[in-house]
Amino acid sequence: MTKDKRYELRLYVAGNTAKSATALANLKRYCEEHLKGQYKIEVIDLLVQPQLAEGDQIFAIPTLVRKVPEPIRKIIGDLSNEEKVLVGLNIRPVNTI
Amino acid sequence: MSKTQKVAAASRHPNLPKTPSGITGLDEITEGGLPLGRPTLICGEAGSGKTLMSMEFIVRGATEYNEPGVFMAFEEKADELAMNVTSLGFDLDKLQAEKKIKIDHVHIDRSEIEETGEYDLDGLFIRLNYAIDSIGAKRVVLDTLENLFSGLSNQAVLRAELRRLFEWLKEKGVTAIITGERGEGKLTRQGLEEYVSDCVILLDHRVINQISTRRLRIVKYRGSVHGTNEYPFLIDDDGISVLPVTSLRLEKPVSSERVSSGIPALDKMLGGQGFFKGSSVLVSGTAGTGKTSIAAYFANATCKQGKRCIYFAFEESPQQIMRNMHSIGVDLQRYVNKGDLRFFASRPTLYGLEMHLVAMYKVIKEFKPDAVVLDPITNLITVGSVSEVKAMLIRLIDFLQDEQITVMFTALSLNNIVNEQTDEGVSSLVDAWLLVRDIEYNGERNRGMYIMKSRGMKHSNQVREFIITDKGLDLVDVYLGPEGILTGSAREAQILQEQTGEVLRDFAVSRKDLEISRKRKVLEAKISSLQTEFESAADELNKVYQEEELIKSVADKTRAEITQLRRKDKG
Repeated sequence: MTKDKRYELRLYVAGNTAKSATALANLKRYCEEHLKGQYKIEVIDLLVQPQLAEGDQIFAIPTLVRKVPEPIRKIIGDLSNEEKVLVGLNIRPVNTI
Repeated sequence: MSKTQKVAAASRHPNLPKTPSGITGLDEITEGGLPLGRPTLICGEAGSGKTLMSMEFIVRGATEYNEPGVFMAFEEKADELAMNVTSLGFDLDKLQAEKKIKIDHVHIDRSEIEETGEYDLDGLFIRLNYAIDSIGAKRVVLDTLENLFSGLSNQAVLRAELRRLFEWLKEKGVTAIITGERGEGKLTRQGLEEYVSDCVILLDHRVINQISTRRLRIVKYRGSVHGTNEYPFLIDDDGISVLPVTSLRLEKPVSSERVSSGIPALDKMLGGQGFFKGSSVLVSGTAGTGKTSIAAYFANATCKQGKRCIYFAFEESPQQIMRNMHSIGVDLQRYVNKGDLRFFASRPTLYGLEMHLVAMYKVIKEFKPDAVVLDPITNLITVGSVSEVKAMLIRLIDFLQDEQITVMFTALSLNNIVNEQTDEGVSSLVDAWLLVRDIEYNGERNRGMYIMKSRGMKHSNQVREFIITDKGLDLVDVYLGPEGILTGSAREAQILQEQTGEVLRDFAVSRKDLEISRKRKVLEAKISSLQTEFESAADELNKVYQEEELIKSVADKTRAEITQLRRKDKG
């Protein structure tokens, strides 16, 4: 089901904080596990590019935005709860039946 | 702290620095504006004008004080906002293009957001910081921050972040307004007042007797004196006007200059010269006694001298008044055309009393008249109680006295003595009080006018008959007869009767004179006959006496002769 889909994910962070690092690590792990080969992660540091915050309606850090496939979904927090992240991104875990 | 220490402290920190909000009246209440570089909380129910007030703060800052501002909207989109305030004459798009303001809409939709794990609101800080720095903003509005609470579920994080946000705003040195929805038993639903401790303004929108009034109150303003009352405010084409209404001081300038009432006979009753300039005049009377005519005459006389007058009509339309006044020979139209006279007609129920007052203030400030007419104040009762109307009129009189504007109120009094004495309770406030009364007598109704009071001048204590003809108004002396005051045809009749009486009396007098002379003649005749009688009686008495004398002398003679004869016999 998920094989034909491409995922474009954007992770907004502010500097190299612990929360940002955790979020990025978590995200990479989930993607490798469930979306191998069909995802792209873009990390945006708002301290460097503050003007980008408005476009994606960012107010919390870290925020993960699923740009593609539509509709846009947002997940805020350090992504520590795997199930919530997968539900939020609408990814069906492959290892379930 | 002792008094001297206090003074010393005050001199060290002379005044809390403030920044003018630019909102009419608000800066007067706060004695200078909002605390500079600190956040202010504006709270109120939905539709109380929070967004508008904060937007005006930003726009005025940008256009009048050269302070660019950031408006961060959590509720409405930027284009919606721009559209909403276009009616106030604010062109947000233009100001944005000129980099004077920046509107940033923060869209929070719970359905799009999933929360997992730790997060903070750095994104918001960065966005705000970027917006502030991009235009060098001095002012910031966050409207309505509480929307964060509906979008995010982690309250602990939110509260911690809000505290950080306010600290950050202070550090940033921007003057900020945060708006918050009114909550049950609290100023704001989320208790934002805990974070913003410098200045809290509460907006209120109350409906009493189906009439809504917006009010504003400064709940607290740390480190500053401020007005503590509830002040009504108005939102109209020019934005928000707050009314710093209650003046506590009685230090009004006074003038001994006189202004004519327009009716020469009335001026004569008022010490010959009319009212004092800047005084307040109440004309009260029952229905149809010519109060409006007196008011129109006064307006006419004011304009005739090239002065300006505003006529606030609460009962009739301007056209109606002008038509009616034509019938007594007063042409108000030409002064309206000339621009010296302005009519403002509104139904009292159009808005609350306070709003009427605000509206009148605005018009008066703008037009700068020499005289103002309110016709009639009694109609205002329909939108407020007697005490409220009184309070409003006190404020109006205060204001007009400050501006040295003569004001004439008309008031309808009901046909009983008690009310006459307490016309809306304003009779004690006004400087001069004219009373026009119906005098019903002899099957007709006439008008009597007298001056109940007129401070600071000699005035007539006489009741005059007040006559309205197609030539105009006039006062004539009434007839005071044994039965009381006579007016109208009764007065005419009495005068006629008096004239008849005089003729009759003259006639009667001449008849009496005749009778007296006749009586005198009779008496005189009687006297003369009595005298004749007396003379004849005296004659009679004299006759007897003479006879006796005669007899005596004859007897004596005879006796002597006899004696002699005897002596001859002897001899």
